[in-house]
Amino acid sequence: MTTTRTENAGLAAGSPAPSPRRLRGGKDSDGGRRKLLGIGGGLAAVVLLALLPLLNLSLPGILPGPTYTPGSLQLLAMCLLMAAAALSYHMLLGVAGLLSFGHALYFGAGVYGLAVILSNLQIPLLPAMGLTLLVVVILAHVVGSISLRVGGIPFAMVTLAFAQAGSVMVRRNPGGTTGGEEGLALDTANLPDFLVGVANTRNLYWLALAALVLVFAAVSWIQYSRAGHVAAAVRENELRVRVLGLQPYLAKLLVFVAGALMAGLVGMVYLLLQSGAVPRAVSSDFTITLLVMVVLGGVGSRWGAVAGGIFYTLLDQRLTALANSEAVAGLPDVLRIPLSEPLFILGTLFILVVLFLPGGITGGIRGAARRFARPRGGQPGRTATAATARQIPEEQA
Amino acid sequence: MSTVILLAATGLGLGALYFLVASGLSLIYGLMGVLNFAHGSFLTLGAFAGWEVARRTGADSWWTFLLSILIGAAVGALFAAFTEFVLIRRLYQRHIEQVLITVGLALATVALFEGIWGTDPVFIQGPAWFKDTTELLGARIPNDRFVCIIAAVLVLLAMVLFLKRTRYGMIIRAGVENRSMVTALGIDVRKAFTLVFTIGGAAAGLGGVLASHYFGYVSPLLGGSLLIFAFIVTVIGGLGSLTGAAVASVAVALLQQFANFYFGLGDLAVVLALALVLLFRPAGLLGRKS
Amino acid sequence: MKPILNIAGLNAFIAGQQVIEDVSFSVPATGITALLGRNGVGKTSTIKAIIGLIGRTGTVELDGQRIEKEETHRIIRRGVGYVPEDREVFSKLTVAENLKLAERDAHPRRQLVEELFPDLVKRSGQLAGTLSGGQQQMVSLARALLNENKVLLIDEPTKGLAPKIVQEVADTLAQAAATVPILLVEQNLQVVRQLADGAVVLSGGRVAHTADSAADFLADEDLTRRLLGVHDDGAGAAAPAAGSGAGEPAPEVAR
Repeated sequence: MTTTRTENAGLAAGSPAPSPRRLRGGKDSDGGRRKLLGIGGGLAAVVLLALLPLLNLSLPGILPGPTYTPGSLQLLAMCLLMAAAALSYHMLLGVAGLLSFGHALYFGAGVYGLAVILSNLQIPLLPAMGLTLLVVVILAHVVGSISLRVGGIPFAMVTLAFAQAGSVMVRRNPGGTTGGEEGLALDTANLPDFLVGVANTRNLYWLALAALVLVFAAVSWIQYSRAGHVAAAVRENELRVRVLGLQPYLAKLLVFVAGALMAGLVGMVYLLLQSGAVPRAVSSDFTITLLVMVVLGGVGSRWGAVAGGIFYTLLDQRLTALANSEAVAGLPDVLRIPLSEPLFILGTLFILVVLFLPGGITGGIRGAARRFARPRGGQPGRTATAATARQIPEEQA
Repeated sequence: MSTVILLAATGLGLGALYFLVASGLSLIYGLMGVLNFAHGSFLTLGAFAGWEVARRTGADSWWTFLLSILIGAAVGALFAAFTEFVLIRRLYQRHIEQVLITVGLALATVALFEGIWGTDPVFIQGPAWFKDTTELLGARIPNDRFVCIIAAVLVLLAMVLFLKRTRYGMIIRAGVENRSMVTALGIDVRKAFTLVFTIGGAAAGLGGVLASHYFGYVSPLLGGSLLIFAFIVTVIGGLGSLTGAAVASVAVALLQQFANFYFGLGDLAVVLALALVLLFRPAGLLGRKS
Repeated sequence: MKPILNIAGLNAFIAGQQVIEDVSFSVPATGITALLGRNGVGKTSTIKAIIGLIGRTGTVELDGQRIEKEETHRIIRRGVGYVPEDREVFSKLTVAENLKLAERDAHPRRQLVEELFPDLVKRSGQLAGTLSGGQQQMVSLARALLNENKVLLIDEPTKGLAPKIVQEVADTLAQAAATVPILLVEQNLQVVRQLADGAVVLSGGRVAHTADSAADFLADEDLTRRLLGVHDDGAGAAAPAAGSGAGEPAPEVAR
């Protein structure tokens, strides 16, 4: 009979880290510095972005003209709005781990809700926006409380189905309210003058910037709130959250509705910027676009969502220009056909990122930075654990 | 009365198409946990392949139609097997990434189809008999409906026979129930993965050719529009259940046809039915309770 | 004699959480080795880690060959019979199909299985999900015994069974052990006393104790109370381990 008690005790005593407290302390202050740097960098970026309409900068190949021209500002504002929309989708996928295929429903509800209210009710912009958001919240509550009865992949299918119903409604043009396939032009009668007309594009640009900052702040707040932590814990291990007596359903619903509310808000600014609503804003294609942005940027990271939104919008615009260029038109079919379809290139890029760059743009940058900072940075134990964790069949999880 | 018969026949025809898409989706999901957004592209490519056959060999003979069905199914099967083997397999067990891959593939392929065949629908002709009607209980029913229904029933029977009578069918049924236990019996379950993708792709490709005759055209968006209803069908029928997919295909299509005719709200009625099923039977009509 | 299974420094993970740590022990090439411990100490995880059903690091040697990098189905094909906790029969397949699926040798030992489990022959057309718990356990054991194995890994075969059936299962295991070594997870200490030669005891995901004689270990009141939470006095009516499978209701009636 051989008792291994002694061996056990030896293991417990032989803790590998001699001064764990100091190590952890170092990490903490490092994290704090990084956080400060992040906030400082963010503020500087916002100030720079706010000044762009007053500057004369040219970015040939990216912007159609100098930064103060309406054409460039329109594109930049679209980038900011898509970044904000991607952030609202990050609430679902990044924070709560919910793969929704129906997020466009709430963006579209913002776009069409405000457009329909403005053209049918004689009320000023702000009350109209408030009313629209109310509609969005109610809609999100109803759909969210039903679809959150299932999780994982079934949740994806169910959200898709609801969004599809919304999309079909809009295209059907019930009672002539949505304009069907043609879409609905923005009724400017009750809008303040400074938001109307090409000359005021820079005001719309500032509005888009404000929307992005607001959404970013709200996402950060919710992500670090109690509900955000519960939602994140649910993403990792729902069972444990239940055992702790917390309510995963309510936390997920809250995150779902908050994400929808933000999407609705961004949708309203999108309507003002585009001065019209088109059915694509409610389509499942648009949800997929948001999904692509978030994944390209890096799932789970707020900056990733922002970067993905901006990168996608610019790339889409550039690829469309490329598709219509003479250089492409002259190519043989095998090259011309793929190159003249921006979505083919974006879809292929997306597949490659999912396969080979799981952290997206931000993950890639972080990995490169780490490699640069610590050329031999190796914690073999940790990487081994992460690698193994991946192989675990889901049934066991 | 004749209206009801006509609606029922049209609904059954549509249900047949839903089944051809949903059966593969449901088997793939049941066995592998993969939600396949590219399934619509299998269907669209099958439809275009069938159309190319019809265009090149003289559209209106029965031989051409049979050949186009065979080619459509084969193209769908090949495309699906390729998808599983080259893209899905690398991400074994990572379900979210697998969905993302199929989403990317759907985006890229629909764009590619638009590049090759254009964004406008291309119209298709079958044997002249398709355009005729058959009188049934006072209703004049377009013949292509019968073709869809018969084809779907044959596919259902073939799938049931395959699942019940062959060793791979047995592995697939066991894997849908408990995949890790199948591997723990010493069986390489991944061969079954490629197989269900191939079968699902063949059914979708066949469905594509039939859908092009049912609707009278092919367009790059054909698969995507059927796919969404097929998703609903698989959720209502119970993910992983072939019988569930068959029952729900018929139920959903009939509901859609009748609600459309009498209230103009077919699509909404379907989503409402989905909501009700989720509220009262979240696992679907014939799904496993977990 | 060389051990049939040699495990060294085995760690295993479920959903990124480590469930067993640095587990090392070996299974002799004959007889039954019991794997013991309270609920949740990692017995099932150890078994699953050996055949790669959960992610693992460390080394596992089967008959002198390293297998810890291999996929589950290949490990099984090297000659491992696995009888999982909760039986895991395919409930929508018939008994015959369940057995057919498990056949991996060119000449599966159908006759042996028919002799051991005559009841299953009678019920071969029945869906396995409609069998009683004891009958399902027979199917699960039969799946492992159909093939020529180097070792059997059997996880709580008597869990939730009525006393009479427990004895039947124990007799079957004793018969099997005459030809193949077995690593057995078992909460019923009477069964352990009856069957096991050596014992390995886990506590908190680690090996806390190994014994060449399970009976000697069970006789040590201090050790068994500390490691298993109970002491079996060997007088027959042993107190069931707190919260263990033996205390659960036995769903013995065929549905």
